[in-house]
Amino acid sequence: MKRSLSLIIGCLVIALALSPNAWAWGKAKVIKIGINAPITGDIPKVGEGTKYAAQMWLEDVEAAGGLEIDGKKYKVELVIEDNEAKAESAVKANTKMITQDEVIAIVGPQSSKQAVPAGGVANDWATPMITPWSTNPDSTKDRPYVFRGCFLDPFQGPVVANFITEEFGATKAAVLYDVASDYPKGLAEFFKIAWEKIHGPGSVVAFESFTTKDADFSSQLTKIIQSGAEVIFTPQYYNEVALIVQQAHELGWQKPIVGSDSWGSAETVNLCGPDCYGLFFSSHYAAAGATGSTKAFIDRYEKKYGYVPDDVAALTWDSLGIVQKAIESMGKLTGNIEKDRTAVRNALAKVKDFEGITGKMTFTEDGDPIKCAVIVKINDKGEFEFYKSVCP
Amino acid sequence: MTVFFQSLVNALQWGSFYALIALGYSMVYGVLMLFNFAHGDVFMVGAYISFIVATTLTALAAAGTIAIPGWVVLLLTIVCAMMLNAIVGVIIERVGYRPLREAPRASAAITGLMIGIILETGVLAIMGAQRAKFPSLIQSVTYDVGGVFITNKKIMIVLVSIVLMIALDQFVKKTKWGMAMRAMAFDYTVVPLMGVPANVIAALTFAIGSGLAASAGCLFGVAYPVLDPYMGIVFGWKAFVAAILGGRGSILGATLAGFLLGFIEIFVALIFPSTMRDFIAYSIILLILTFRPHGFFGEPHSARLRL
Repeated sequence: MKRSLSLIIGCLVIALALSPNAWAWGKAKVIKIGINAPITGDIPKVGEGTKYAAQMWLEDVEAAGGLEIDGKKYKVELVIEDNEAKAESAVKANTKMITQDEVIAIVGPQSSKQAVPAGGVANDWATPMITPWSTNPDSTKDRPYVFRGCFLDPFQGPVVANFITEEFGATKAAVLYDVASDYPKGLAEFFKIAWEKIHGPGSVVAFESFTTKDADFSSQLTKIIQSGAEVIFTPQYYNEVALIVQQAHELGWQKPIVGSDSWGSAETVNLCGPDCYGLFFSSHYAAAGATGSTKAFIDRYEKKYGYVPDDVAALTWDSLGIVQKAIESMGKLTGNIEKDRTAVRNALAKVKDFEGITGKMTFTEDGDPIKCAVIVKINDKGEFEFYKSVCP
Repeated sequence: MTVFFQSLVNALQWGSFYALIALGYSMVYGVLMLFNFAHGDVFMVGAYISFIVATTLTALAAAGTIAIPGWVVLLLTIVCAMMLNAIVGVIIERVGYRPLREAPRASAAITGLMIGIILETGVLAIMGAQRAKFPSLIQSVTYDVGGVFITNKKIMIVLVSIVLMIALDQFVKKTKWGMAMRAMAFDYTVVPLMGVPANVIAALTFAIGSGLAASAGCLFGVAYPVLDPYMGIVFGWKAFVAAILGGRGSILGATLAGFLLGFIEIFVALIFPSTMRDFIAYSIILLILTFRPHGFFGEPHSARLRL
């Protein structure tokens, strides 16, 4: 018993001695940035994109010799924590990174389910956090230390409504959405409000719902076709998109169907096939036909990891870029982590016209960026092609 | 009026799935006095088997080893899936239910639920959480019949279902095996004494029920080409309702009730908000059962049973 206890203690001492933390004390200050990502769990692809984008960013920073603050170069270290796509694990990961690893800022978590609770932790500990992908307003609401890298659903609804009005000249729209899921439900309502603001009350001629896991939408689509709608808006995830679009075509619908950023997965076209070609949706960025720094990012990512990066990777890249800009403009590193975090937070709030690969960003009072949405067209090869950008 | 006919066509397709699955439920219940609660998941397994068979065949066709048109691939897929799924059904009967033949009915029902979970998680583990895309074997052609849109897929689904139902009816009525099944349904304790191999008949019942579920799974894949491991649960419940509504062990009853369920669901969603669909549809079913507790063609327990 005694021997095993001393063995354990011995191991712990050795582990502590070998850990980079212990050695960092005497050396030059290292800036640590936390990444809270779903490496395992339901959405491992999202975690992978986050990690890869972060590693690419670190490469660039290392090549430049570190982050430059007040004329001095500081080394950077990434602390990547797995949140298993669970809310409680995301909270735990944030707490650990803040209290043990002493990170100066956190990027992540990605989905709202984890970003909303984890944002509370970051705000309570006065540590700046950027969630690249969460579109739920609650993530940043009343949390001065929490920011986000993407637009919000109350913005996306009007964007799509305006786009449809201009592009197709339609005045009567139909909406088909899942009433049992928060994201489609919220977005469908925001779209309805925006559409009726433009075209008057009653111009959403069919507001049809279904329930998660439904596979047959023939009744709803028959009603929509009969209502005289000129366009269908359906803010659904990829498996439903495939079914809705195919069934609409089988029921004789030839007019446009428009989607939202939930269409952005590579799976959408895999499941839907040629039925989805030529359709439009709103998104954060478009891979095919990208130009400038966006194209450079895509090419580099594809060469390194073998596939076209999705919106999560691009938004993570931008969020890290914003953090970098904030740190470099914060003035002076005091060495007191609490003071430094607040300095980073204040610098973040002052970031103006940041040129990201997903668009130009300026944060509002709430920490949400004012940025443009992209309208993506699914082209004849099934690629997501940039069509136009819509700004607030 | 076109809306009515359009919905009629939609309902025929939707009802076909319920009817095909309800038939399997009803047969097992009729012959063995057993609710096979795993039947919805057997349907799901059938859909996945069809998916594997269809993708293999299309891959072979694409590689140029065999040049076969899409509808032949589809027929081959249905036949292969039915046979393979029949084996799955026989295994379930042998491993899950046969040891419990003499046990209380509740044990068998619980076993069914567990088999369902095993099938769901098994498929999840093997196929992954990603949705499977059923290959489009036949080019979808839409016909415009005076404003009513009918696809070749819909016609095929309804036709195949009706052919299968007639074949099953003839099998049960005209063959020796069918007679043995009817005898088992009449009294499954006495029948073995007459020299009827009860275990073989039980396995056969499961094989046919699972085969029909596989045909439903394959047709489902053609109509709704996105498969996931949990798609069988709700279908299982609803087909169970159809089996009860049709009357215990009645082939005609299960068929009619399956189609009726499809019609009610489609038309309720057409008239009311779709959130009210299941609420109204199953309230109607409840009302029917209040007045006919044994279903359309069912009879009280002690009386003679049909199959």
